[in-house]
Amino acid sequence: MSLDAPQGHIGFTLNGAEITVPADPTARLSEVLRERAGARDVKVGCNAGDCGACTVLLDGAPVCACMIAAGQAQGCEIETQAGLVARDRDAERLAQSFQRHQAAQCGICTPGMMVSAVALLRSGEALTEDSVSDALGGVLCRCTGYRKIIAAVLDASTTAPLAEGGIGAPIARLDGWPKVNGSERFGDDVAPADALTVQVIRAPFHRASFRFGDLEAFRKENALELILTAQNVPGENRFGVIPGFEDQPVFAEGETRFRGEAVAAVIGNREALAAMGRFPVTWEELPSVLTPEGADTAALLHEDRAANVMCRGYVARGNAAEAMGRAAHVVSGDFSTGFIEHGYIEPEAASARRVGDRIEVQCCTQAPFMNRDGIAGIMGLAPEQVRILPTATGGGFGSKLDLTAQPYVALAAWILNRPVRLAYTRTESIATSTKRHPSQVHMEIGADAEGRISAVRFDGVFNTGAYASWGPTVANRVPIHASGPYKTPNYEAKSAGIHTNTAPAGAFRGFGVPQSAVAQEQLYDLLAEKLNMDRLAFRRLNCLGNGDPTVTGQVFETGMGIDACFDALKPHWDKALAEAEAFNATNTAKKRGVGIAAGWYGCGNTSISNPSTIRAGITPEGTLCLHQGAVDIGQGANTVIAQIFAEALGVPVGQITILGPDTDITPDAGKTSASRQTYISGNAARLCGAALRAKILRLGNVSEEATITLEDGGITLSDAGTTVRVELEPSEGYAIEAVESYDPPTTPLDENGQGDPYAVFGTAAQICELEVDMALGTVRLLRIVAAHDVGRAINPLLVEGQIEGGVAQGIGLALMEEFLPGRTENLHDYLIPTIGDVPPIESLVIESGDAHGPYGAKGLGEHCLIPTAPAVLNAIAHATGARVHHLPATPDTVRAAIRAAGTGT
Amino acid sequence: MPLHRPESLSAALELLQGGRAVALAGGTDLYPALRDGTPPPEMVDLTRVDGLRGISRSETGWRIGGATTWTQVLKADLPPLFNGLKAAAREVGSVQIQNTGTVAGNLCNASPAADGVPALLALDAEVELAAPSGTRRMPLGDFITGPRATHLAPGEILTALLIPEADGRGAFFKLGARRYLVISIAMVSAVVETEGDAIKSARLAVGACSPVARRLPALEAALAGKTISQAGQAALTYDYPELSPIDDVRAGAGYRREAVATLVARAIGQAALTDKEVPHVA
Repeated sequence: MSLDAPQGHIGFTLNGAEITVPADPTARLSEVLRERAGARDVKVGCNAGDCGACTVLLDGAPVCACMIAAGQAQGCEIETQAGLVARDRDAERLAQSFQRHQAAQCGICTPGMMVSAVALLRSGEALTEDSVSDALGGVLCRCTGYRKIIAAVLDASTTAPLAEGGIGAPIARLDGWPKVNGSERFGDDVAPADALTVQVIRAPFHRASFRFGDLEAFRKENALELILTAQNVPGENRFGVIPGFEDQPVFAEGETRFRGEAVAAVIGNREALAAMGRFPVTWEELPSVLTPEGADTAALLHEDRAANVMCRGYVARGNAAEAMGRAAHVVSGDFSTGFIEHGYIEPEAASARRVGDRIEVQCCTQAPFMNRDGIAGIMGLAPEQVRILPTATGGGFGSKLDLTAQPYVALAAWILNRPVRLAYTRTESIATSTKRHPSQVHMEIGADAEGRISAVRFDGVFNTGAYASWGPTVANRVPIHASGPYKTPNYEAKSAGIHTNTAPAGAFRGFGVPQSAVAQEQLYDLLAEKLNMDRLAFRRLNCLGNGDPTVTGQVFETGMGIDACFDALKPHWDKALAEAEAFNATNTAKKRGVGIAAGWYGCGNTSISNPSTIRAGITPEGTLCLHQGAVDIGQGANTVIAQIFAEALGVPVGQITILGPDTDITPDAGKTSASRQTYISGNAARLCGAALRAKILRLGNVSEEATITLEDGGITLSDAGTTVRVELEPSEGYAIEAVESYDPPTTPLDENGQGDPYAVFGTAAQICELEVDMALGTVRLLRIVAAHDVGRAINPLLVEGQIEGGVAQGIGLALMEEFLPGRTENLHDYLIPTIGDVPPIESLVIESGDAHGPYGAKGLGEHCLIPTAPAVLNAIAHATGARVHHLPATPDTVRAAIRAAGTGT
Repeated sequence: MPLHRPESLSAALELLQGGRAVALAGGTDLYPALRDGTPPPEMVDLTRVDGLRGISRSETGWRIGGATTWTQVLKADLPPLFNGLKAAAREVGSVQIQNTGTVAGNLCNASPAADGVPALLALDAEVELAAPSGTRRMPLGDFITGPRATHLAPGEILTALLIPEADGRGAFFKLGARRYLVISIAMVSAVVETEGDAIKSARLAVGACSPVARRLPALEAALAGKTISQAGQAALTYDYPELSPIDDVRAGAGYRREAVATLVARAIGQAALTDKEVPHVA
């Protein structure tokens, strides 16, 4: 050690300030920066150099702080995102460019991205897409699809102003500046300095029985504050998300059902946990089943679920068997996909403190009210005794709907009456959080001689893992969507969710629909080939139009815009086909291909009530407050909901102060899931804005046309040349307020799945252009063109951001991702796309309106990735003549398909 | 939890005697291997040891200090002989990892998929190992004995890589399932010297297809005198008895064996024919 710092301390320059902090010199620099130096803009996503979120500049060079010994930084100059933006003019301009391009969505990777980009900007190297990609290749992002990040870095030197405006304007994220200046606070960033830490004890086997040793003796020997097991759960030791399917224990009792399941938790200070001996538990491994094959005869995971079938789904219309028999052309096939990990860069994190007879939990989440009620049930408290304070959420994509870290911190803080924190490790996150369901699909499609779809039969088996989570939703949704957005007069679709000894499969962007689209859209290509029809023309011929019944018999008289999506893609399709043909005429080692696929998705819950409530008020001082409980996990609800509300009220967006989310002050806006926030919470915001406007106009006795201007202590109303000032009366709360709710009009489905499951469907179609190395089976994506009917784009830049991020996740699903329990539990064995794996994406935004959506807007989040994987697979087949049935299409899988097809060398 | 930061080799060696302290350089293997656990109680940081960092040239060859980072390799002014090593440096993890990860660390960690090993094998690199009793040298091919196993004795430091001067040009291909931050399915490095249209000598090495990256001596011998195109054909038909690829989460053994042949053929062509920057193939 240098003599410059006192014993047990490390001195360095942090963002220009010379500081000395008490620190273990072998500790990770990331931990010391966060916990000792207060630099919580340094994010920890993996502790292994796999994600780059902890990137800082060490003497000017970007490094992962998680792999630097703190003592190695002695005497060095360290710069982090917050310091750079505050002190460096180039970094500040970069931050503005990130805002302008919406290059930050959730914001968790933004520190790593921006710090890496500053190093590039300082290097003087020419800025090109390649140099930006090389410089940022070590930082993973799961939200953006990277394209807007590349654009923002390339554009970093300009100082163009941000866009302004209401509905339809590409304004910057209202909550964006903290994400780009380093002040945003995520799940683990808000943990109190004096909080104790939780460590969860988890099962090492897929299935096991277990016995504890002397826990109290262990607690004392190791200076722990508390050990929690099932015995310490005062309420129900189980939770879940679907009524009737709450089957997951906080702590397993007697037997564990998947590798990584919790049996106990230890609570102590960090030093005690680091020095802790082996936890006294003995395991006996039991026979397990990891796939639906054999699950029917395996030991039951849940006694009341015969043959390990969690539930089934069914939709039937017409007579599929009879129509299939009469079809002129029939194609069929088997397709499968694996477990997909959400891979958000922020692992699950929560902290809790007890306040009298209430418990307050701060956490990253997509569903604060569901979390509140779940915690209350576990703790035996009334829901009102639980307060959920969502932090910024560093990506969710479905998995942060379910409870993860929250029950442990809540229980411990309640019992100890001290603040408690828990951040999952990356391995803990991947091993135990919910996943996309693995699927095995058999599908058969028939068409008449003219190419009109006459019949579809679909049978999908989904591995739902050890617990139900959102499995029933997948089982219900898939049969409704497996036809794709096409006229299908005779249809029979079955689904089953099967329990196995794996991590629970739950909600993940699309709820099973991306998996069914992999089968359906590939078979559509095979059918078009049989019919000798152009693949786009075949889809255009069969797509749903206004007035056509869906497979549940639902008819949309307006807003079914898939035909417009295909029409918008047509010129791109023709050009891409011609370019591929020209390339292939002169190349043999590499072949190019073009693929197309479509998708659709019903917004909101299936055939059940799922209302949102939005509240707003004006204080006596004239401050306009929007109680916005629709959690923004990066998708943009804070901006979209405010834009809608501002439009309805008739004020500029900039006058709104957003409050929440916080279950104490924001009404329940439902969960951020199922592409429901823009549509459902957006409608609540529209109604709330309109109600508030009506109240204000009444106070001034002016017409509907009046202009509202908020001022100090009053409101000025201008109407047809006259001006009225309304004084705001002093009051405890708001001088004027409004609360409004919206619940989508749906109907229950009958025994054949017939009815109106959703009030709004969004549709999309995408083209993929790619190049395959025929000898190696490697795939290089060249371009994606994505046409999306969003009804009305409330914020076109946010729409593009959703599309690009969804496409990137679809690319991962198609080409590289597969979670294998016990084997790919980190971010170097579980691969998600890097900045070099996402090609240019051109978004074609279709605005066909909608009968129910706010200002005609539909949801969008899930739709974006549904067509991507099948479009990629169809392009691979077009390039190579080889079709991949079982994902992911890794190089060896593609090469094997080429060999099987006999089209390579 | 002491972290020693010696500035002389003798001090570093002294600190490492007794087997208590763990050697630390870039930390890019050491910290991830902790799997979120606590660091070793005592470490010796080798990155400030005098003479351990940097690349120098002598009359007989090149010396790469053990603590030289991959970024330093990438930025060094080196002849085309090193094109493969530079391409490998570019493929090590990410910029962040290249900025701290060291050449010696990559070798001592001895992963079957270590990005640096095939290129260094093809360069006939020797390792220089220092102990309090003196230094010894050993061919790199002998130094690494298996997955995570080397001849590095307790208390010894890998101080340098020694690379004999030679004519010829290097090439390197890494095959992975994504563009950045990827562990190899297979890697191939070649150093080829040509005379007219014919190959005068070829040195070939393959990584991630055997417990330790391997040279291909029989194929190398067979290539002498062949044209580039004949050499490519020979690579495609060679049966690679040196390799023993396995099935893992990244690819199957059969695919690896087949892909290696393609990559060797391409690497020979790349090394022999062009001075363009080595493209990425995966």
